[in-house]
Amino acid sequence: MEWLPFSTAEWVAIRLSLRVATVAALTSLPLGILVAFVLARKRFPGKALVDAVVHLPLVLPPVVTGYILLMLFGRRAPIGAFLEQTLGIVFSFRWTGAALACAVMGFPLMVRAIRLTMEAIDPRHEQAAQTLGASPLWVFMTVTLPLAFPGVLAGIVLCFAKALGEFGATITFVANIPGETQTIPSAIYTYTQVPGGDEGALRLSVVAALISLCTLVVSELIARRTGRRGVNIE
Amino acid sequence: MISFACKLARPGFDFDVTFQSNAGITALFGPSGAGKSTVIRLLAGLTRPDRGHISIADEVVLDTDRQCDVAPHKRRIGMVFQDAQLLPHLSVRANLGFGRWFTPRDLRRIGFDPVVEVLGIGHLLSRRPDSLSGGERQRVAIGRALLTSPRLLLLDEPLASLDEDRKLEILPFIEHMRDEFGIPTVYVSHAVEEVARLASRVVKIENGHVIATGTPAEVLAPTSLAKAAGRFDALSILSGRVSRYVEDYGVTIVDHPAGEIVVPGRIEPSANAVRVVIRATNVTLAIGRSENVSVRTVLAGRIAHIETDGGPFALATIELKGGEQLKAYATRLAVDRLGLDAGDHIQALVKAVAIDERGISGLHVVDQV
Repeated sequence: MEWLPFSTAEWVAIRLSLRVATVAALTSLPLGILVAFVLARKRFPGKALVDAVVHLPLVLPPVVTGYILLMLFGRRAPIGAFLEQTLGIVFSFRWTGAALACAVMGFPLMVRAIRLTMEAIDPRHEQAAQTLGASPLWVFMTVTLPLAFPGVLAGIVLCFAKALGEFGATITFVANIPGETQTIPSAIYTYTQVPGGDEGALRLSVVAALISLCTLVVSELIARRTGRRGVNIE
Repeated sequence: MISFACKLARPGFDFDVTFQSNAGITALFGPSGAGKSTVIRLLAGLTRPDRGHISIADEVVLDTDRQCDVAPHKRRIGMVFQDAQLLPHLSVRANLGFGRWFTPRDLRRIGFDPVVEVLGIGHLLSRRPDSLSGGERQRVAIGRALLTSPRLLLLDEPLASLDEDRKLEILPFIEHMRDEFGIPTVYVSHAVEEVARLASRVVKIENGHVIATGTPAEVLAPTSLAKAAGRFDALSILSGRVSRYVEDYGVTIVDHPAGEIVVPGRIEPSANAVRVVIRATNVTLAIGRSENVSVRTVLAGRIAHIETDGGPFALATIELKGGEQLKAYATRLAVDRLGLDAGDHIQALVKAVAIDERGISGLHVVDQV
């Protein structure tokens, strides 16, 4: 890799960013599908509240989201302490915390993409499956989920792309520690804070742009291979 | 055996329907918005009534008084939606196998091959639903429902979204299915010919209430001039036996005690009686023999009574030889000029081209050779 003009620290940031974004997108997927399904198909009291909470990271200043995460998942915070004692999972100042911050920030985009495709599915397809003897769980597995696949794919891509670019919540929650929580945006930010860092900032910006572009192209290809048009997310 | 009694109140729609039905096809007949599809959805468990009791094959599937409501997937009812609702991400074969897979092995009474053969869908198995024509889709949907070996089959206007030619293509398959598999069926339609052709029993629904129940002839024929919703809906159902198919002309001759009925298309001779639906506006009345007209179907009978209400029309009820009744509309002017009166012996002329093929049981349409 010596022919590429990256320093070791930059490579570390790129790899960390990819890992954080992948983990964020994939671990939040099951919950994302569940929440999208509930919002698309179920009616229950307090639905508007759930909807609002899911969308909150979209409208809150990212710094505020990061601060809330710090208050909830810090080592001395209620949830953070509980998770450390019972499961040994630590978020604060770890790359796992960066992944959590990215997942929270990307969650509304993921849920929105999946929910829109699920709402577009004719409920009579699901009813037809029911009359053919499929229990609600089987209907979900054999009808709803396969038909919502383009939306699920779009949700993963959007969450992944959001995670690659996430900065405010991450730096507030888990700071900017090289090799642990310094993702590409944090590294670019560090470069812009030191004299002569412009070149490094430019290199990483190009990388960020290329990764985002590749993500979009790959998802488009998969969507075409499944024989359906990609979903439109406004 | 189905017994159905449900009440449902929604803003602007009051639904209170009670009926029983046995084997064969029970038609729910009535105008759009009358509540026919609601009956189907209630039977399938897709809608819940405010109060109700439904039993199918002696098993109670819904009883709101006793908090009993069997989930749709446990009711073992085959449902065919108006627009087929095939699962778009599965092939025809997978669609057909979908319900069968969920049916416990010991309850599978209907085999894959007979269904595919009866419905003529063998060549479609590897296709995707979006590449099928409307008629093909509907046949696959019927097959899919049959393959769950249901205790009851629900057909919700299965022909409504098809054009006239496709309707004629599907009807023989539905008759064949009825005769071959013998599954009690509830058939929703607002087309009189379909109901008259297929059903052994008709439940007529209007504004969410049952207004008549009985055989097709009892329910569909107008009982009086005033009660006929419109003269174009008034009809009679005659039954006869296939005499012969005249290949050169593409018509089938049906023997009726009152005379020969010429119908367009081919009907395979069988032991079953053939039903022919004749609209009252397509019957011409004549006194004495009338050779020099193009009409070939001439039925002999006697006028039972003529009803008039001072308007332009008169509705004549003709007692045909053999006992069946034929309704005929004429203008009051014509009735007076000809001096027609109850007891007169007359000839009823029916134009073969005016007979809707949908109303002839067992009919296969003959395309131009």
